[in-house]
Amino acid sequence: MLNKTPLNAVHRAAGARMVDFGGWDMPVNYGSQIDEHRTVRGDAGMFDVSHMRAVDLVGAGARAFLRHALANNVDKLAEPGRALYSCLLREDGGVLDDLIVYYLREDFFRIVVNAGTAGKDVAWLSGLIAQHAPQLALTVRNDLAMIAVQGPNARLRVWAALPGSEAASAALKPFFGTMFDDIFIARTGYTGEDGFELMVPAVRAESVWQALAAAGVRPCGLGARDTLRLEAGMNLYGQDMDESVTPLDSGLAWTVDLASPRDFVGKAALTAQPRDRQLAGLLLIDTGGVLRAHQRVHTAHGDGEITSGTFSPTLGKSIALARLPAALGVGDTVHVAVRDKRLAARVVKPPFARKGQVLVR
Amino acid sequence: MNIPADLKYAESHEWMRAEDDGTVTIGITDHAQAALGDLVYIELPAVGRVLKVDEACAIVESVKAASDVYAPIAGTVVAVNDEATGAPETVNADAYAAWLFRLKPAAADALAGMLDADAYGRLIGDA
Repeated sequence: MLNKTPLNAVHRAAGARMVDFGGWDMPVNYGSQIDEHRTVRGDAGMFDVSHMRAVDLVGAGARAFLRHALANNVDKLAEPGRALYSCLLREDGGVLDDLIVYYLREDFFRIVVNAGTAGKDVAWLSGLIAQHAPQLALTVRNDLAMIAVQGPNARLRVWAALPGSEAASAALKPFFGTMFDDIFIARTGYTGEDGFELMVPAVRAESVWQALAAAGVRPCGLGARDTLRLEAGMNLYGQDMDESVTPLDSGLAWTVDLASPRDFVGKAALTAQPRDRQLAGLLLIDTGGVLRAHQRVHTAHGDGEITSGTFSPTLGKSIALARLPAALGVGDTVHVAVRDKRLAARVVKPPFARKGQVLVR
Repeated sequence: MNIPADLKYAESHEWMRAEDDGTVTIGITDHAQAALGDLVYIELPAVGRVLKVDEACAIVESVKAASDVYAPIAGTVVAVNDEATGAPETVNADAYAAWLFRLKPAAADALAGMLDADAYGRLIGDA
């Protein structure tokens, strides 16, 4: 039995093509994935991301706990409302999940984790709390739906759809969130475009979705979400990284602070690990197919593997993220095994496209 | 779902049309293109290639996945639709206009026993 979000009936009524996404019955597209992708790059689209899970951490010492529990440093969160991207690591440096943490009050942080990993994350964090900070309460917010509204016109359309929201959110800088009535509005996303992510009481999810649609926001499926995030050079947990690799193997060294004296779960392992792999971008030069996850990459410094690959609607070419030997550099040519062929691809530095613009060539 | 009555169909989701000159034109069905999603790459067999029944002979790739296209009948490739390889999205727009390849059948009654529109509709649950 698949899990359903509060918007499931809305998707089905709209004729969405539904798929099993990590145990959730989710829309992959409402017709054309490429049209939905282009709408987000050029106007505004919305995604039901209610399968993702908000978890509230409340109590004295919440910051000190997260300073130790997360690989990124919550001391970067100086102003209330500010968000931080971080990995959650095992002691051996393996990535349990990637998440966004919002600083709301000194005794109140909201963490948003992936759908398929939420149970594992909560168990892990609960274990750390019991050990280090038993005064903290961890509350899983199954009562919240999440709608990501993304695109250059996304904010304008949210303001049109939700009267009063402009006054509450017009001053929000990127990577900040705030409350508006019973809706949490954050200027975050997973597409490389401007926009908001809305956390809405589940009972109001349908009315908010319909109001956004009436304001001209196009419903988009997880198919477009995947091509948008890949163009934006953003990792997908379970595909580009998992417990078998570290952030340093996954293009996420920028989210890990090894220089400061702060200790955190996994730090010792990261400090000791060899730096022999990297996660790089690939741009297909040859024609002859589409780059896909698990295709082998042959290079002058040994083999690698594609972790995510697709056809980029913005570039009109196939793009990928690939785990490659660290000795490779931007501009190097590699060869990808696609069926019975070896197709030439160039190593590039992601992102491939953001804010409607192509960023690699 | 669009299933023209004047065509024949294979269980592997190809359509076939008998031409006046004895050749058979082959493409993928509307159901197949919808299931695949937006097509972005098509590879067709070489003209002159001799195909056995159910031989994988073409590739259609969408943003989501790659899929083989099979020869529903045996025969020799006499033509391929270069417009489809140049613009894969035309198959999404009209899967019956954007044919893929044309065979000279090995047997004269090659289409006997193929599914008609009603039978194909039942196969895909669209009766």
